[in-house]
Amino acid sequence: MSKTSKTIDKSLTLKKDAQGRFSGNARFLRIAGFPLLVLVSVLVCIALGSVPVSFSKTASILWGAIKGQIFTGDVEATIILTVRVPRVLSVLLAGAALSLCGAAMQGLLRNPLADGATLGVSSGASLGAMLAILLGVSLPGVPLAGSAAFAVLFAFLSLVMVLSLAFALDRSLATSTIILIGVIYTMFIGSLMSLLIAFSGTKLRSITFWTLGSLSGTNYTDVLFLLVTLVLCGGVLLNQSRELDVFAIGEENAHNVGVSVRRVKLTVMVFVSVLIGVTVSVGGTIAFVGLVIPHIVRFIVGPSHKRLLPSSMILGGVFLLYCDLLARTILSPIELPLGVVTSLIGAAFFIVILARSRRKAA
Amino acid sequence: MLRVQNLGVAYKEYEAVRDVNFALCPGEWLMLVGPNGAGKSTIIKAVSQSLKYKGEVTLDGQDISKLHARQLAKKMAVLQQSHAVGYAFTVEQLVRFGRYAYKSAFSRVDTQGERLVEEAIDVCGLSRIRHQNVLILSGGELQRAFLAQAFAQDAPLLLLDEPASHLDMAYQQTLFELVETWRRHDKRSVLSVVHDVQMARRYGTHALLLKDGRVTASGAVDDVFTREKLQTVYGMDVNAWLSWLHAPWLDGQTGTHSV
Repeated sequence: MSKTSKTIDKSLTLKKDAQGRFSGNARFLRIAGFPLLVLVSVLVCIALGSVPVSFSKTASILWGAIKGQIFTGDVEATIILTVRVPRVLSVLLAGAALSLCGAAMQGLLRNPLADGATLGVSSGASLGAMLAILLGVSLPGVPLAGSAAFAVLFAFLSLVMVLSLAFALDRSLATSTIILIGVIYTMFIGSLMSLLIAFSGTKLRSITFWTLGSLSGTNYTDVLFLLVTLVLCGGVLLNQSRELDVFAIGEENAHNVGVSVRRVKLTVMVFVSVLIGVTVSVGGTIAFVGLVIPHIVRFIVGPSHKRLLPSSMILGGVFLLYCDLLARTILSPIELPLGVVTSLIGAAFFIVILARSRRKAA
Repeated sequence: MLRVQNLGVAYKEYEAVRDVNFALCPGEWLMLVGPNGAGKSTIIKAVSQSLKYKGEVTLDGQDISKLHARQLAKKMAVLQQSHAVGYAFTVEQLVRFGRYAYKSAFSRVDTQGERLVEEAIDVCGLSRIRHQNVLILSGGELQRAFLAQAFAQDAPLLLLDEPASHLDMAYQQTLFELVETWRRHDKRSVLSVVHDVQMARRYGTHALLLKDGRVTASGAVDDVFTREKLQTVYGMDVNAWLSWLHAPWLDGQTGTHSV
């Protein structure tokens, strides 16, 4: 065996050992650690901000609100209950949704670099939401319906378009081809959005919101909207765990062991599009969460989607919570767009993954 | 029994397979043999429903194009030439994928399946590496893991698409012996594409000689693999070449070339 292959084998064996070693801890993490992590993170992110509130006060306000207590004239309670709680919950749900989508797409395409952002799906959803605003598409009494519906539609069309183009160029749907088409498509959508901004006048004043992503100013309606979508779409995607596992051996082999390949592909693509579309309509493009988190989670719980999907949801939510905390506190009182923070972290991570996969291929 | 009638497959203008007819009874091993581009793998892909075709493919009288993927997987397993696994699943997990068709999302215990998975792992000699990451397996080990997956599928028919063409001789022998033992047990049938005529003659019970997408000869192996028929298909004297290849070429310990 050559020196190079020995090195590769050793590194992979170590990974396998690590996978085995983590398995016991991962079980503990899933059962006890994950819920605790979510609770603590939510509490921390609600307490911290430009106006810091002590943890004990935060906890007592939250407990009081749960019991139905009304806080009149209490500034800290007002900040927590009307600003921070809906924002933190929106961030948690958006992070969970985006990570779930990333993990599901990576499973479906057998491509560890697949994500709403790398495939251009988030950009497509943003364009849809912008068009809805520009054309004045809305439902009376349901403020988000028009932009959400357009975002979902454009997310789905983008996914279909990128994958069809990639398939036409390279039937094996190689990682590099998909990513290349995704990048070109994102640039194309970016130029269309620039055109819209140039011709939209004052109507799209807050257009940077769609391109940079932010969940500031979200309210309980947004939380409910995200929660219902995540429960419905997340439920369907979690139910595809076994099929996504089998997709790891390729579509033809998956078909040979009994998977209805077309049905699974369509189901995952539709529900991923809905989740990304709704998340984008609430928070704009928040890139790379779906890329970074499933990667880390795969190292902790292994490749089985039965564990990977729910664990990605939880850690994705928590990751985005801390990104959002960083965005609103690091240059306080100035607030950074959340999408900028995730993009900075994600871009660095993306390069590391790419370098690793290149090394492996070599 | 597998019955293929008037099978035709076209890639745009090009007719890869036309008017192919054959039947495969329980306990038989039918070898598809012919030069490159003869349509052998296309037939396997058509029978396994991986591409569109004209004609009829029936299994025990049932049109298999009407079967759901799960139902089909219970009747037919397929082993391809090479594989690429996406993520670091273990050998055991890979073999267990063969039980997909038997388990619904709500059924938790598949006792019969577990026994078959264990048997398949054992029979294919994978016990030592059952917890190994499949991404670091050699080509031969990976092929054995996929063969175990096909065995765990517990289907009465196995399709093999050049299963050993990239394996060394030891792995080729292991793989064919495993399939042979599996076939003899419960009179299962095998349909396979094999390039090596001698291997086809040794392991096959029947053969189908193909050229340019058409059947030129079919029947029991000894009737099909005659000097004349092979010459018609390959355009060369196959028997003479094989005799030359297998003539003793080392003189005892001296290592002198004697050809």
